[in-house]
Formats: sequence, structure tokens, C-alpha cells
Amino acid sequence: MKKNRTLENAIATIPSGAVVMVGGFGNPGTPFSLIDELLRQGQTDLTLIKNDANEAGHGVSRLIENGQVRKLITTHIGLNKVVIDHLNRGDIDVEFHPQGMLAEKIRTAGSGSFGFLTDIGMDSEITRPDDLLDWQGKTYKVEMALPADFALIHAAQADWLGNLVYQGSAINFSPLMAMAANHVIVETPDLGAPGRFKPEHVHTPGAFVDCVVRLESLTSDYGILEHHVRR
Amino acid sequence: MMSAVERILSRAVIEITPGSIVNLGIGLPTQVMHYLPDDFDVQIHSENGILCAWKQAEPESMDPFLIDASGAYVSLREGASLFDSAVSFAMIRRARLDLTMIGAFEVDAHGNLANWKIPGKFSPGIGGAMELAQKTKRIVVLTTHTDKHGLPKILETCRLPLTAKACVSRIISDLAVIDVTDQGLVVREKLVDISNVDLQALTEAELTFAIEGKAL
Repeated sequence: MKKNRTLENAIATIPSGAVVMVGGFGNPGTPFSLIDELLRQGQTDLTLIKNDANEAGHGVSRLIENGQVRKLITTHIGLNKVVIDHLNRGDIDVEFHPQGMLAEKIRTAGSGSFGFLTDIGMDSEITRPDDLLDWQGKTYKVEMALPADFALIHAAQADWLGNLVYQGSAINFSPLMAMAANHVIVETPDLGAPGRFKPEHVHTPGAFVDCVVRLESLTSDYGILEHHVRR
Repeated sequence: MMSAVERILSRAVIEITPGSIVNLGIGLPTQVMHYLPDDFDVQIHSENGILCAWKQAEPESMDPFLIDASGAYVSLREGASLFDSAVSFAMIRRARLDLTMIGAFEVDAHGNLANWKIPGKFSPGIGGAMELAQKTKRIVVLTTHTDKHGLPKILETCRLPLTAKACVSRIISDLAVIDVTDQGLVVREKLVDISNVDLQALTEAELTFAIEGKAL
């Protein structure tokens, strides 16, 4: 079954109030085209789960600046002063997790499990007494799985069964989120027929993917950011 | 005369031993890579999913899909691998990294580190810092000795929310190299011509002095 959809139809399945995972660490892996369509359609009261808030004026920062986001579940927003200002003013609820804990919570949801035990952050204010569990003579922190309604994913290449291949450091959270959301929307500039990938080279198997949007071209967001080039 | 940042970075690079796996945190630490010789035997881990990240490529071969955790464009050395964030942090939590260099808002005499939250002012967030600080074999903090108001960043006890407790082995500031020991902070090297009294005056925690190298 072909999973090809138009950009507009794919994003129109997302209602206001949805919990939406967004792949990407910085720019690589951020599905800028899916995000910009969500900006255009204007769904509100969103909960976003993303490693970072992109940089001001780009990616999920645009959704936050446009007032469409109620809560951001993230690890680090240090490169986005605009979102830090939103946080300081109380315009948005920001929940910080250690990065590997966020990844593991998503991975756990994606494996159909409900939580895991860890010692990360036990000595810090992110751990409340209620989070602790004594088990066989040791104390652990319980981390619950983190599922979502939707995942927005950028793949370097895909086929219409939804098999995905990522590129460079754009892998990051994408394969984890593709397993953890109930409805997975993928954008790719390179969509082809099944059989194009060596089966053992597929990163995300198509069973996890609900629809694939072929991008006609990539905007400047996907290119080199001059201010990150070392001179 | 080197700038404060150059003094920190040029001293920090000496901490990297051949054959090691090293994570360089956002800010000053990621810049340490540019002080490494091109043929140096080290594997740089970047928590966004790279082992064997290396210096920025030539402009014509820069890859927009290949950055380090600070957003800087990197290249890959021979033998590099790319992986997802769960694998990246499995590597960290399983203590496969030998050294992490990390920035600090505050660091204290007990080796406690605070670098993720200044309530109401600047909360960049945790990023990979908690897991790196808790699980890497050796943590070296790179920091200016005082903040932009001239106030000490090396404290008796951290006041900001902690990233991790008792995790720091060594502090490299623009003024000195200081070890965290069971007996408190011990100054091993001075990086500028400064008296013990003046260095102590810029440091909240009590210092003892056991200079190994010569003052520059």
C-alpha cells in the first residue's frame, strides 16, 4: 500500500491539543517542511517533544513564537534566547530531561514497555521522592515511557512502504520517535519504489510509518547556517 | 599574550591522552578540538550520535547534516560511526567514555557541578550534562575563573541547582589548574603570573597550593 500523502493532508490529521514528537538535534533531522505546514494550518495548544527548540525563527521555534505550543518537553534550549525569554515570562511550560533519559523514555514507549529504572539525576532537583523505588535493597529512579500522538520525521530517503534511511547526525531521535508515536508522518526529498534499499540498510522499517510526504525541494533551513561556520 | 579563552583551551588540550574517547561539551570545550594536532589518536564522541567526529571540513565538502552538539559543522575521521540518541547515551551510561570536558556556571570544593539552570534568568537545560557528569570516568571543567561581574565561580558549595554531585576531577580556569581532592581544592599550576593571595581572593573555596609546573 502506498503511504504517499500531500503535505497539507498529512498535517491536517493533527488536531489542536495533540502531543507531537519532532525529530532532529539542532538542524539535522528537523522536519522543517512539516513544521512550516503546521505553522500555516495553525493548530494550537500543542505539546511538543523535541531535543531542542531549534534556533530563533527556525523550526519548532516558529511554532512557539506563534503561540501554538502550550508545553515543550526537551533537553536543551541554550541556543535559543527567544524561547528562553518565553520560558522566563511563563508563556510556555518547559520540561527539561537529561538527554539520554528523554531518548530512553521515547525508546521505551516505542518498544511497548512502560518504564525503566535508572540512577541518572537522582541527586538533582529533577527527582522527586515519589520517583524513587526501593527494589531488592537498592534505590532507583523510575522513569516512565513517553509516547506521543504524532511524530514528525525527516528522512534522507524513503520508499512508499515507509522504509526510512537517515543521513549523518540527522539520525538522533528520529528512529526512536518513529516507533513511539501512534501516527508517524515522514518528509523526504527522495522517495522511491520499494526495493531501492538493501534490506539490512533500512534504519526504520515501514511498519512504524503511517504516511510519507515527498518534498519537491529543500528550503534554506536544510542548508549550511553561516553563523555556525568557523572562519 | 594569550586571551583568557586561549589560555584555557591551550591548557585543556593537554588533558586528552592518546587512544582515549572524549566528549567535549557545548561552549568552550567543543573548541578544544581545534587545538588537537591533525594526526592525534583520539575518538571524539558527540552526543548527537557521532563517534570520531573531527574538525570542520573545507567549505566545498561541508555537510549540513553533520554537526556537533553545539551546532558547529564537523567532519568524520576514518573509523567513524553514526547512531541514534539512545545508543549515544548507552555509550555514556555504560562508561565507555574516558574523559568529558564540560562548562560550568558554578563548581565547588566537593566537585559538585552546576551548569543547567539559573532560575528565572538563564536556563539552557540539562542536555547531555547529567549523564556525562555522572558516568564519564574523568570530568574536567573548563571555566573562566570569575563570572562577567568578576564574582567567583569556584565556590565552597554550589548555590545553583546541581547537575551532578562530586563528579569533577579537575578545574582548568584562565588563571590556574586546580584538582578536586578529598582535602579540598589543590592548585597544581598557575597559567598567569598571579600571587597565591590574589588567586585566593578570586576564589570562594579555600585553596591549597602544590604547584607542579612553572608559572608562565
